[in-house]
Amino acid sequence: MNNPQLTKDGKLKHLLSIEGLPRSILNQILDTAESFAGVSEREVKKVPLLRGKTVCNIFFENSTRTRTTFEIAAKRLSADVVSLNVGTSSQAKGETILDTVDNLIAMHADMFVVRHAQSGAAHFIARHVPPHIHVINAGDGRHSHPTQGLLDVFTIRRHKREFHNLRIAIVGDVLHSRVARSEIHALTTLGVPEVRVIAPKTLLPTDVERLGVQVYHDMREGLKDVDVVMMLRLQNERMSGALLPSAQEYFKCYGLTQEKLALAKPDAIVMHPGPMNRGVEIDSSVADGSQSVILPQVTYGIAVRMAVMSILAGNSEQ
Amino acid sequence: MPMLPDAEFLVETLAEQIRPLLGQNAALVGIHSGGAWLAQRLQQQLGGDIPLGTLDISFYRDDFSRIGLHSQVKPSSINFEVEGCHIILVDDVLYTGRTIRGAMNELFDYGRPARITLAVLVDRGGREIPVEAQIVGARLELDPGENLELARDETGKFHFILHEAA
Repeated sequence: MNNPQLTKDGKLKHLLSIEGLPRSILNQILDTAESFAGVSEREVKKVPLLRGKTVCNIFFENSTRTRTTFEIAAKRLSADVVSLNVGTSSQAKGETILDTVDNLIAMHADMFVVRHAQSGAAHFIARHVPPHIHVINAGDGRHSHPTQGLLDVFTIRRHKREFHNLRIAIVGDVLHSRVARSEIHALTTLGVPEVRVIAPKTLLPTDVERLGVQVYHDMREGLKDVDVVMMLRLQNERMSGALLPSAQEYFKCYGLTQEKLALAKPDAIVMHPGPMNRGVEIDSSVADGSQSVILPQVTYGIAVRMAVMSILAGNSEQ
Repeated sequence: MPMLPDAEFLVETLAEQIRPLLGQNAALVGIHSGGAWLAQRLQQQLGGDIPLGTLDISFYRDDFSRIGLHSQVKPSSINFEVEGCHIILVDDVLYTGRTIRGAMNELFDYGRPARITLAVLVDRGGREIPVEAQIVGARLELDPGENLELARDETGKFHFILHEAA
């Protein structure tokens, strides 16, 4: 099968989705990120790898944090960075996505980081661009958010070392979550033997077991003896619809409290992709507690994005 | 094919040449991977309290845009203050000089050393940029098609291997 993310000789050219990537490529990204983590702690937090290259962040959907971490990552690689909030510019005037991209290519952009509300938007752009240009998916609809999935597994590897002996629970709105999908693909590819999803039926895709996970509707049961708890953000707009009774009710059943966390292993770590709804999916005492690695996730996100950008930039199709 | 020098013997001569330079603020920094092994060994040989660091110059290579990122990047590790330090930069083989340039660029991103001395086990000629080592174990003439590398056996002993460049 032809994977649009890979060159003819199997190297990573675009990062569109974790699905379909071999373990060797995920490990290469994680190993490279390990080296970049050290760069961010130095006197000069920069390496000259992407000197002279131009990275364009095109965000058709707003996300301050993701855009900022991509910007910082590109700058630490010495690239020039342009960030466009397209929702507020040309698109509003009726320009198509490909016109926007073509204009940036005409300005000699070398790499695109794309966030879009529509699933498949980054794939669409990747198929369109000439061979020397690289595309990174920074979140497309409900489909995929590969760098988030990668930084999550990087965080797990940093705290737990190995994947083959872990029990991991993903809690919350799996149905609407591109993050959950990317996490599940990354964890199963890296050989985590037990991935659980914990959610009400209304927030789970119907065929979720096919992704290789075990389903729990009771959070207390699902958290028992896990090594890692990965919380998902409950998007506010879901609360008004028919899917959930109320935020209070949700917190009672699926909010992570100290008392529920005590059911996991004593050294379990707590993760959240942010931004958090304190008091909805996670209690403040847990979010700020000793088992939380939520802020380290943000720090690692930069190293992981530096790794992805530098690997892609070096793998051009001749 | 030329006779390959005895790597273990060269380590001894290198250590003896480095010893008089060890004043205050001296530190050993080895370039991954052969230079890193060598720096580690020199540290043992010269007394264990000299600060030791390693550099993987993958992020500073000048051929990145042609060959991409090395698939096995190791973290650089310098856990001492480089500012004001006398860095003894150690590598196994000095050839084009490009690796040393990358290593010096990376070093300066940690701070401003007072002085850098370059020590290599073998200088095989073939320089493409003006870089010279102050401390040299042996000099060797090799064809451009030949690749000289330091290797380490399971007991930790060093030897050289020579193979045809890809």
